[in-house]
Amino acid sequence: MKKLINDPKAVVDESVEGFGLAHADLVTVHPDPKYIVRKDAPMAGKVGLVSGGGSGHEPLHGGYVGKGMLDAAVPGAVFTSPTPDQILPATLASNSGAGVVHIVKNYTGDVLNFETAAELAQAEGVEVRTVLVNDDVAVQDSLYTAGRRGVGGTVLVEKIAGAAAERGDDLDAVAAIGDRVNQNVRSMGVALTACTVPHAGVPSFELEDNEIEIGIGIHGEPGRQKIPMEPADGITDRLLDPVVSDLGLASGDKVLLFVNGMGGTPQSELYIVYRRAVHRLEEQGVSVERSLVGNYITSLEMQGCSITVLKLDDEMTALWDAPVHTAALRWGA
Amino acid sequence: MGLDVGWAVRWLTLSAEAMAEHRVELIELDRPIGDSDHGENMDRGFKAVMDKLAEAPPETAGAALKLTAMTLMSKVGGAAGPLYGTAFLRAATALGDAADIDAGTLATALTAARDGIVARGKAESGDKTMVDAWTPAVDAGSAAAGADGGSPGRVLAAAADAAEAGAVSTDPMQARKGRASYLGERSIGHRDPGAVSTALILRAAAEAAEGAA
Repeated sequence: MKKLINDPKAVVDESVEGFGLAHADLVTVHPDPKYIVRKDAPMAGKVGLVSGGGSGHEPLHGGYVGKGMLDAAVPGAVFTSPTPDQILPATLASNSGAGVVHIVKNYTGDVLNFETAAELAQAEGVEVRTVLVNDDVAVQDSLYTAGRRGVGGTVLVEKIAGAAAERGDDLDAVAAIGDRVNQNVRSMGVALTACTVPHAGVPSFELEDNEIEIGIGIHGEPGRQKIPMEPADGITDRLLDPVVSDLGLASGDKVLLFVNGMGGTPQSELYIVYRRAVHRLEEQGVSVERSLVGNYITSLEMQGCSITVLKLDDEMTALWDAPVHTAALRWGA
Repeated sequence: MGLDVGWAVRWLTLSAEAMAEHRVELIELDRPIGDSDHGENMDRGFKAVMDKLAEAPPETAGAALKLTAMTLMSKVGGAAGPLYGTAFLRAATALGDAADIDAGTLATALTAARDGIVARGKAESGDKTMVDAWTPAVDAGSAAAGADGGSPGRVLAAAADAAEAGAVSTDPMQARKGRASYLGERSIGHRDPGAVSTALILRAAAEAAEGAA
């Protein structure tokens, strides 16, 4: 497996260093313990937003640090949650006194490490609220699993809660809008190929040449089923239909449609998926009011995509449209 | 004849060696049912423990385990960091500043470690997690402590044997916690990497005690 790296153990260090150099106008990178913080943090009177997770999902989360989105991002090792000794200083650096919201994807490791860091921050007098993102409909949410995973919806939670914090909402209000986005967003992904964690050196799972995995997670966790490869429209329907039915979308509903690339699929193919998804939603009387198409929450070099649908209300739409200036998302600012 | 700080340091050293030696095996076990990071994380974590022990040699076994807890919690990441961190912290608290650890105290410390993991991770026996190695280990260790001639070495040997059997017992289980739970029935037939690392760590504890006898 060819990778554009120097040393498998230095991948995160060197990548985050490069990110900091490329976006020195927006962020400051603290190398050890490692976190990325908005250049002008903490913003007086503003609620701080901190997210983080394993590396390998770039531009998530460092690419979303900046005006109108996150105050800090905490990168772990590849596909491994960050640790409390990173999350705590990132939380403190983001706190202006108005408190901090942790946006946490629902994985056992992320939850345990952010929980520990939140306790430590609270012991230092910082109010912390946690928004847990669990939008992946591929997983049955039951007593018999660790629950639904946080995937594409995370980007939308970070954007909308970030805009709420930027306009001056208080701690409880920012956490509440983050929860509201999570409650109204669902996702499902597909893998056409596996990905290879640099220090493991072999693919994370096996797929035959003619096979795809429907319901894949962003760390290559398996989904609902392996099926033979088929045309894009059929795959799109297999992802979109469970999302629509889980959200309970009805004619007249307004949505944001987000087609995300897993890292190894060209933009042109994502637009083929987007096109089909729009047609299918419109056939059901659902109005696609906003869109996002591109590689925003990836899984290293995996080929595939995910479809995320957010049921919008007027406030969420306005917060989505609000100015944002980060390395990976920028408009109106 | 009880165990002292020398045993604790030997234990941690042997654990670090075991994690380095079994790094690839743990990664391979984690690949089909997890995310290929367990061996890497445990190896990195115990290497950091070795550095900390060299920087500030502890005076009691409890202090050595507390240092280990804080290091694993801050360096390992994933679910294993907080879980092992909590286990070592609870064990350290149970040992207190005892200079000479007898079989009964040791069994109490093992129980406290397991209870910490259960409280933090909310897994039960049969969920295909490290609990399936810890609980049989605690039961066997406690039985050995209560038996005639129960010594710390016998407690740890019994615990290590039971943990190894417990790790093997996860093969036919369907995972209900952690990342492996997403596989549902497809998790059956794979051994839980956390149960295997638990068995390695408890075997290291038993071998360290053999050196003390």
